[in-house]
Amino acid sequence: MKLLKLVPDNTNFRFLRWRHIAMGISIFSIIASLVLVGVRGLNLGVDFVGGQMIQVTFDKVAEAPVAELREDIEALNLGESTIQRFGQPNQVSVRMRLDGDNPDEVNAVTKRVTTMITKEYAAQGARIDGVDSVSGKVSEELLTTGVYSLVFAMIAIAVYIWFRFEWQFGVAALFALFHDVAITFGFFALTQLEFNLNIIAALLTIIGYSLNDTIVVFDRVRENLRKYRKMDMISLLDLSTNETLSRTVMTSLTMLMALMALLLIGPGVIFGFTAAMTLGLFVGCYSSIYMANPILVWLGVGPHSFVPQQTEADKAEAKLKEGL
Amino acid sequence: MLDFPRWKTISISLILALGVLMAIPSLLPAGAAKYYPSFLPQEKINLGLDLQGGSHILLEGDPKDVAAQRLQNMEETVRAAMRSAKPRIGIGDISREGGKLSFLVRDVSQVDAARELILPLTSGAGLTGQRDWDIEVRDTSRIVLTPTEAGLTQALDQAMETATEVVRKRIDEMGTREPTIIRQGDNRIVVQVPGLDDPQALKDLLGQTAELEFKLVDQAASPEDIAAGRAPVGSEIVPYPTNPAGGTPIAVRRLGGIRGDKLTNAQASFDPQTNEPVVSITFDRDGGARFARLTQENVNKPFAIILDGEVLSAPNINEPILGGSAQISGSFTTESANQLAIALRSGALPVELKVVEERSVGPDLGTESIQLGLIAGGIGTLAVLAFMIITYGRFGVYADIALVLNILLILGIMALMNATLTLPGIAGFVLTIGAAVDANVLINERIREERKNGRRIIQAIEVGYTEASRAIFDANITNVIAAVLLFLFGSGPVRGFAVVLMIGIVTSVWTAVYVTRMFVALWLKRERPRELNI
Repeated sequence: MKLLKLVPDNTNFRFLRWRHIAMGISIFSIIASLVLVGVRGLNLGVDFVGGQMIQVTFDKVAEAPVAELREDIEALNLGESTIQRFGQPNQVSVRMRLDGDNPDEVNAVTKRVTTMITKEYAAQGARIDGVDSVSGKVSEELLTTGVYSLVFAMIAIAVYIWFRFEWQFGVAALFALFHDVAITFGFFALTQLEFNLNIIAALLTIIGYSLNDTIVVFDRVRENLRKYRKMDMISLLDLSTNETLSRTVMTSLTMLMALMALLLIGPGVIFGFTAAMTLGLFVGCYSSIYMANPILVWLGVGPHSFVPQQTEADKAEAKLKEGL
Repeated sequence: MLDFPRWKTISISLILALGVLMAIPSLLPAGAAKYYPSFLPQEKINLGLDLQGGSHILLEGDPKDVAAQRLQNMEETVRAAMRSAKPRIGIGDISREGGKLSFLVRDVSQVDAARELILPLTSGAGLTGQRDWDIEVRDTSRIVLTPTEAGLTQALDQAMETATEVVRKRIDEMGTREPTIIRQGDNRIVVQVPGLDDPQALKDLLGQTAELEFKLVDQAASPEDIAAGRAPVGSEIVPYPTNPAGGTPIAVRRLGGIRGDKLTNAQASFDPQTNEPVVSITFDRDGGARFARLTQENVNKPFAIILDGEVLSAPNINEPILGGSAQISGSFTTESANQLAIALRSGALPVELKVVEERSVGPDLGTESIQLGLIAGGIGTLAVLAFMIITYGRFGVYADIALVLNILLILGIMALMNATLTLPGIAGFVLTIGAAVDANVLINERIREERKNGRRIIQAIEVGYTEASRAIFDANITNVIAAVLLFLFGSGPVRGFAVVLMIGIVTSVWTAVYVTRMFVALWLKRERPRELNI
């Protein structure tokens, strides 16, 4: 059987030739993302701003009567509300910010909205699918712990890489991660998809998988630095990236297949989550080549960074020869 | 590579078999469960509320509430102790300002005696010998009791412990199935009730402190004073929303009443005369005796039935009630009477609980989510499996077998740990599969490379495994770091995701590296291939 080979043998792309342009693009996208977050803001879910979200499915119609619903809810005069489609076209979420922390008030508001919807939209088969209400205090806690987990994860991972490789690799990885996280934030500011607790989970997973890529390349860089002690750094990084290219493409493709299935036919509740993951897959792949590698060059990583020693491969070979 | 020891093969196979065995109960359809032999493991994976529908409610008790309650109890204790002292110690100017209890001992010569009496009341209940209250004598005759930090912490802890028990009793009384009730942090309780579509009743029930009091109405208080909020000495003003006289508050005597915590039973019923819903209560012996005395001494006077600081009704005592049972009326609906009966039966909450977070998912959305999640996950997995075979041939098949075993292993371990599968958990599952595939891709690509560089078959495979393992190891450790932080800081469904990720990373690396290696070693030994199609 002839096996599929997506990437031909011995590719020789000179990836790092474009490193200055790529770095310009990266810095631009990071700044653009941060500006977007600053200007448009994130569409924070009730997890982080408090308030309540009511999910409604209209069973008997193909598309939810969003405009009508908006009018009816405004007529109740309960303050500002956001109505958004999520998942299937006949599903909407109604979000309301609540001032004050009185649980009884929150209850009363929920009751009024849900009764109105089930009564007025009975013909459309309205069904209340879920109610989330989060008090201001809890949402503040969720926000701080979310931010902490992101920051700690990035630092902990960078420290680990510093121990396993060299400090320059830790710094490079940290910048690559910062790039990924910033762009994901920018994506959420741009699309105004709801940013909730699940997205924090997605961000941490993106961090994890972007690192997967970075480490695979770094591992090869370390190996080649020991092997080719006279090669210049740019060519060595290009060689390492080319050598791992086939793996990068394969893994990204398999991940993409799994994510696409979830994105296209998976439940609407995790749409934002999978969308973030899919974006992260591309951004993470890009950043491990074009963020992490050039930083290694600029931080002066070279053959001298590693003490010459037998590579694992040599050892394994020696052991094999002994055995045979 | 060829010498894959027999003990390794056996132990790997055993672990895999065990994992599959543990996964089976979770995979069986509901109907088939009864044919499943009982000597095999029975643990199943729990489905998160987002998958099966239900309510998650986070309740919070206010530490200030506990402190205030404790201060009031202390005042009552001190008053009683001074009154029953021999000779009686006169005290006055009692204040609870600033969270401290301070009072004046009228006769300066009795200050030391008062101090001696109070001292045993203020020591901690624990074995640490810490004091619950600090005693101080100021200006020769004023005694000040200040609660200590340790005392307050302990009081809050006890109050929350009791509150958790009361919450449990109340939910059990509602007859809901398999609720989860866990204390969280210093002053929170998590309540999870699967399959409950309307959490309103539950919230109403838990929001009720159910502190019942019977106090005499102060008839001497003038309506003007009450309207102005001025209570006569020894009385307090209590709101009375259902007052027939226009919902105005009334004044009741602060002391001399009884609390409704001495009940043996409470039932919702109907008043035989008016046919309106009432709650019938039965006192225990002590409570019955005190209630009898109260009613005997105050025939023809009105007394107020107070629930959670609001008067329910203020009937006249027409005759002494000696039987130890009574009826509470107060504009109830059948439902609210029932709720009050449950609340009274399960006891009063020592602290008022507020709902600070609520998440409910209707059962329909849950079912829909799990179906779509399973379909999407299944399609994604199948695509990945096919892709691996197309790309790596025999090595792809090995990777696929390892992947399927990996999935079963994760399910088995989750069942063993009684872990909960949430919707993000399903996503975590898919990602784990991605990680497992990545490990095999790394290994297989490396083998390809080594073959291309002219190594012989066995050597190429050996080097491929050892060289790729290093990167696999590093990459997955960083993922574990991310997952651990996610678990520590995450909440609810996100934690479910982190659990799957942590279990999944460990099993993925194990199956992708060791299990496939076993397959490859066995194949090499058996066939001694001359060609390697990879």
